[in-house]
Amino acid sequence: MAQPAAIIGVGQTKHAKARAELSMTGLCREAAVRALEDAGLDWADIDAVVIGKAPDAFEGVMQPELFLADGLGAAGKPMLRVHTAGSVGGSTVLVASHLVESGIHQRVLAVAWEKQSEGNAQWGLAGGRSGGIGAGGAFAPYIRGYMQRTDAPEYIGWQVAVKDRLNAMKNPYAHLQLPDITIEKVKESPMLWDPLHFLESCPSSDGACAVVIGDEAAAKAAPRKPAWVIANAVRSEPSTFPGRDAVRPQAGVDCAHDVYRQARITNPVEEIDVAELYVPFSWYEPMWLEGHDIAGPGEGWKMVDRGDTEMGGKFPVNPSGGVLSSNPIGASGMLRMAEAANQVRGEAGEHQIGGARIALGQAYGGNAQYFSMAIFGSTLP
Amino acid sequence: MAATDIAIVGWAQTPSVERSTRTEPQLCMEANLAAIAKAGIDRHDIGFTCAGSCDYLTGGPFAFVANLDAAGAWPPIAESHVEMDGAWALYEAWVRIQHGDIDLALVFGSGKSSPSNPLELYPQQLDPYYLEPLGLDPLSIGAIQARALLDAGKATEADFAAAAARSLRDAMSNPNAQASGDHDPADLLKADYVCAPLRAHDVAPVSDGAAAIILATADRARALTDSPVFIRGIDHRIEVHQPGMRDLTSSPSTTAAAKKAGLNGSQIDVAELCALFTSQEVILRDALGLGASTTINPSGGPLGANPVMATGLVRIIEAAQRVADGTAGRALAHVTNGQGLQHNLVCILEGDR
Repeated sequence: MAQPAAIIGVGQTKHAKARAELSMTGLCREAAVRALEDAGLDWADIDAVVIGKAPDAFEGVMQPELFLADGLGAAGKPMLRVHTAGSVGGSTVLVASHLVESGIHQRVLAVAWEKQSEGNAQWGLAGGRSGGIGAGGAFAPYIRGYMQRTDAPEYIGWQVAVKDRLNAMKNPYAHLQLPDITIEKVKESPMLWDPLHFLESCPSSDGACAVVIGDEAAAKAAPRKPAWVIANAVRSEPSTFPGRDAVRPQAGVDCAHDVYRQARITNPVEEIDVAELYVPFSWYEPMWLEGHDIAGPGEGWKMVDRGDTEMGGKFPVNPSGGVLSSNPIGASGMLRMAEAANQVRGEAGEHQIGGARIALGQAYGGNAQYFSMAIFGSTLP
Repeated sequence: MAATDIAIVGWAQTPSVERSTRTEPQLCMEANLAAIAKAGIDRHDIGFTCAGSCDYLTGGPFAFVANLDAAGAWPPIAESHVEMDGAWALYEAWVRIQHGDIDLALVFGSGKSSPSNPLELYPQQLDPYYLEPLGLDPLSIGAIQARALLDAGKATEADFAAAAARSLRDAMSNPNAQASGDHDPADLLKADYVCAPLRAHDVAPVSDGAAAIILATADRARALTDSPVFIRGIDHRIEVHQPGMRDLTSSPSTTAAAKKAGLNGSQIDVAELCALFTSQEVILRDALGLGASTTINPSGGPLGANPVMATGLVRIIEAAQRVADGTAGRALAHVTNGQGLQHNLVCILEGDR
């Protein structure tokens, strides 16, 4: 049977449009050193290193983990490189967790990163030379589909955009700092991909995130509270096929139900204290609330409208500011896991949700077809 | 917790060819369906799927996404992907099965290198600040490594030619090989260098191709087949990236991985080594302590077929094949990642006890 595993250290960079003062290695080390310090460990204590990032074309380095191995202390150890599109940061945590759950290793360092300023991620997201339509262009029709299906008013997206940016003001690592953002400003910002306005979109960020996953003994020896991985799952489905529901992808439904089953959760909205969901465009907050059966059909946008997903609401979503405030693509999924873990550790600082004991971390990628999720608990069940 | 024995119960590979007219998902589909058929399982019984490929080979970001069409991902599946040879996908699946809640996994590796020019591409796999600007390609690094080996007195060019002649002759009986032939090593040595001290026969071709393996828990494996091939040990280690900071004539990460995988001096009947240059075969034999009693690369090895990102998985398949057919009691598969043997995986296979 699988052994218990826990996140015992978390680190992240200050995310920014360009961390021009750092190399790719330097960026990853900023996060990794912080995670090791948080876990009270040194490089030599780490058994294996798992590295995740989105397509290599974003920086123009093929398999960059090969050169990052030196700076991330991997020499002499097993190193794995994960790539599952936008969900990769989440998947990277899960691969590292599996190395501990299987009993193979005791302490594993997982690092996920993107340095968008060193390349052209927009070109990459649009399929490179194949010339696609980019992430916003791909997702906008699904968002329209959601609005039509649920009669959601257009201002719901603007509300999410404001909420996450105001949450980010409580997160010193967040890229965007927009203290003066208002519904009116979001509405008046340029239309990028109808119905998405500029301020409803994530930024392009340089950043990295790192976590140390430990077994039960490592968790007990750690200086700070662990976040126990009480459930984790991945699901994938093909990009497109006749009859596919791209608004509520079945892979997202199945993945959510798998983690709820593992965590013995029957009523997610009541039993989960806080969620960090991958929301690169504002509308994905209500879409995932419904797509993961946290809200019933047509109820997701009403949760947003009622303020349920605000920090003081009944189901806070993205108190860190989320992907809408920082988007180092490969790291964005790991940041969801790391922020969810920090909530149950009581280590989330100013954006801590008081008394959080159960937190959901989620990431998705590709054409809304790759999902990785974990549920973290403050105690081992 | 000691690792549980996991068995290989099905495998398949496409022929390796210089330029396939089919798409990478089509290559994956052929390998996956054949491996599933050989294992005699229903694809819906697969609990975890893991793939290995590299976007850069086809030159498109998210190129790996299309391969999901060959994974049978509907209804949705539990699935992951490594930007590495499929052998590391096998490692990830081997770890995942250890949890005890699933009993079958599909792993596959694929590469379609023909759309790109490897000599232009691979400098981008090196440190972007200090090495990539030098335009150092794999052939040049391979030649530097071979030169170091010659200068250290650990091998001669005749040793390289002998390895090439043996590999290409063995590849004549491998229906999946891209290159093969019956050559006299003395004749091979008359050829010009392509990048001194390497001649054409010293260098693996670059192939398009895919390979797949079905893994099963011991109980499931015994129910499926009379000849399961057990993974007795598997481990992998990476070294520093900068070639100048490594002794290129040795492979300590291979030695360390082999030790962790359980190589303890006992007889290895067959070793499939991911030697992309004849010089690397010399280094790997030494790192693994393999003597004359071990048959090296009976398939012809990468010199016969090199479907990049599946070449390593093919090593495991070729080794497993020989355990399954009784040719080998104990076999070893070696896989490499990066340039100049930077990252190495060793897997030890045996039949049922």
